[in-house]
Amino acid sequence: MDPGAIQPAPHAPPPVTGSLAEVADGLPGVREIVETLTLRAGFNTNTVILGTTLLGVAAGVIGVFALLRKRSLVTDALSHATLPGIGLAFLGAGALGVDGRSLPVLLAGAAASGVLGVVCIQALLRFTRLREDAAIGIVLSVFFGAGVVVLSYIQANAASGAAGLNKFIYGQTAAMGMRDAALMASIAGGAVVVALLLLKELTLVCFDDAFARVGGWPVGAIDLLMMGLVVLVTVAGLQAVGLILVVAMLIIPPVAARFWTERLWLLVALSGVIGGASGYLGSVVSALLPRKPAGAVIVLTAGAVFACSMLLAPARGVLAAGLRMATMRARIGADHTLEVCYELSLGGAAMSRERLSRLASVRAWPGWYRWLIVATLERRGLLSRTPDGGLRASEAGLARGARVSRNHRLWEQYLISHADIAPSHVDWSADQVEHVLSDELIAQLESALGARGVTVPGAGPGRAAP
Amino acid sequence: MNAAAPLAHTATLADRPEHSPESPLSIHAMTVAYHRKPVLWDVDYDAPANRLIAIVGPNGAGKSTLIKGAMGLVPRASGLVEFWGQPYRAARSRVGYVPQRETVDWDFPVSALDVVCMGRYRSIGWCRPVSGAHKRAAMACLDRVGLAGYAGRQISQLSGGQQQRVFLARALAQEADLYFMDEPFAGVDAATERAIVEVLRELRGRGKTVICVHHDLQTVADYFDEVILLNMRVVAAGPVRTVFTRDNLHKTYGGRLTLLSEAAEAIARGEVG
Repeated sequence: MDPGAIQPAPHAPPPVTGSLAEVADGLPGVREIVETLTLRAGFNTNTVILGTTLLGVAAGVIGVFALLRKRSLVTDALSHATLPGIGLAFLGAGALGVDGRSLPVLLAGAAASGVLGVVCIQALLRFTRLREDAAIGIVLSVFFGAGVVVLSYIQANAASGAAGLNKFIYGQTAAMGMRDAALMASIAGGAVVVALLLLKELTLVCFDDAFARVGGWPVGAIDLLMMGLVVLVTVAGLQAVGLILVVAMLIIPPVAARFWTERLWLLVALSGVIGGASGYLGSVVSALLPRKPAGAVIVLTAGAVFACSMLLAPARGVLAAGLRMATMRARIGADHTLEVCYELSLGGAAMSRERLSRLASVRAWPGWYRWLIVATLERRGLLSRTPDGGLRASEAGLARGARVSRNHRLWEQYLISHADIAPSHVDWSADQVEHVLSDELIAQLESALGARGVTVPGAGPGRAAP
Repeated sequence: MNAAAPLAHTATLADRPEHSPESPLSIHAMTVAYHRKPVLWDVDYDAPANRLIAIVGPNGAGKSTLIKGAMGLVPRASGLVEFWGQPYRAARSRVGYVPQRETVDWDFPVSALDVVCMGRYRSIGWCRPVSGAHKRAAMACLDRVGLAGYAGRQISQLSGGQQQRVFLARALAQEADLYFMDEPFAGVDAATERAIVEVLRELRGRGKTVICVHHDLQTVADYFDEVILLNMRVVAAGPVRTVFTRDNLHKTYGGRLTLLSEAAEAIARGEVG
């Protein structure tokens, strides 16, 4: 795994200018960084950067379907299963007198053993009672183990040049020649075109394969084609990203993109962009610092995009969801406070300090949370503090309290009369529901209860407020 | 399938006296097994055209399996199935399908209209995008189930009943003559139930045939013309008025078919070890 052992493929044409291998491994200057970023660092470097970018786009686009078909982990097994194929192709080509380091030969071997791995998973699922996760685990580790054995045999026995095979494990764009990059780019480009042409069919099979089959679509063939596209992207990415990390390019961009959109075509586009950007940044960094494996940089870039998406996305993001939860809880807390204020006000009383403490302890509010609720309600003019530390609701506050109290009783009556729930058990449920009843639902409840002749007291303390 | 092969060579179902070529669905001696364990034994059935037909029976009676086996979604151990006297391959453009709602992941990034458009894919063909005309046709189907206002809504944002209606609209978009529906009334709200019943009656009014897996015995007589009482075999089938009797229901639900299920268990055990 010593990067120093990696040599450029012998058939790579002599670089025009600024070969990747020539870049010193010290920290690059600003001018060098800008030149590489803007594709002015020489033809060979540019080809590798563009090729890796296109690979990222292809992985992002095709990964969407692997994700939606719930095959993400199968792609992981597939990429690990390519290793023995690489080694065997090298040995086989050597035995036949062909140059074993020729990239198309190695990639063909990789594809063959990757496909064999997937077939093994399917066979295990078909003929045994193993679950999919176990089948994937077995195939992944056994094939990878076999690959390591084959590679170590080559290391020990084959003639020079065998060490270059290691680059397929971690990937090394710096070792790529222009022809390698062009091969990778054309495979990736072809895969994207096929995926976009079959967007409709792939979507149908991913969403509802039974419906597709009944409609006469060859679901098996479409699945096979999808796996074929995954194989193509995986194999194309072996040299640049390495077989351990290439799966991340298929999984992370679509998952990150999923946080931002509910539309399939947008998901495909966004995932392609994230994948492409990761590929671009990864190969630029690798061009500037040839000893840094591009695969890791690409995956880290995609991972950073994922982390940001997960936190910041407006609808599905974690922060947004947390904020919605906190807002909801605060609203419910305010509802409870005003409800008690309202029910006390029916007897002409304000809420005393002791009554507020009791409410807080029943609701398990910490001191700061109680303070927050009261402060918010006060700022909104829904209640004011009395001189002795209690609370008195304003007109608006009392109206809201009355509404909550009424909703509570409506739901309570509904449960007792329609759902046959014992009166002693409805309080908790009513407590949860009273805050989320929509106007439409309230109207429905009123008509349901009215029809059954159940009268709901619009006012009046029907129960002891906590 | 192997057991059916010799039969298929000698005669089609339409030649057999008890099967008619007008029948949208003719099943002869169909047996379906999961992992070698038979769940349906020797089903013989002829669906009359232009009727609403309910498949009724206890849990595990093979109700869903009956329609899946007929369409070839699950492999048949033996038996022959024809649609208007033709094999399924030749007739499938005339067959529509509403699967059970739980069979798909509703957190899928498509809108209600996108799902209904899937019913049009067959007539659109390979590699071509959904045209405006097809979108309008899908929109009309959404309107028929009362969801025109929800076309752009992401499907996870729909209620269970609305999701079920989207599935129904997708089947309508298939413009079929025979519809298989797998528990369309399961767990839906009252509004959805009314909408589905209305659609079923409209389909019958236009000469279509609908075969529904149904779980609610109370509504069978209201909603359906014909009923198939099923418990691993067809206990009785025919017009609701004559077949949906206390006696037949008792045979379907009450009397446990111990021999059939014991035999099925034995076959499964013999195969596994």
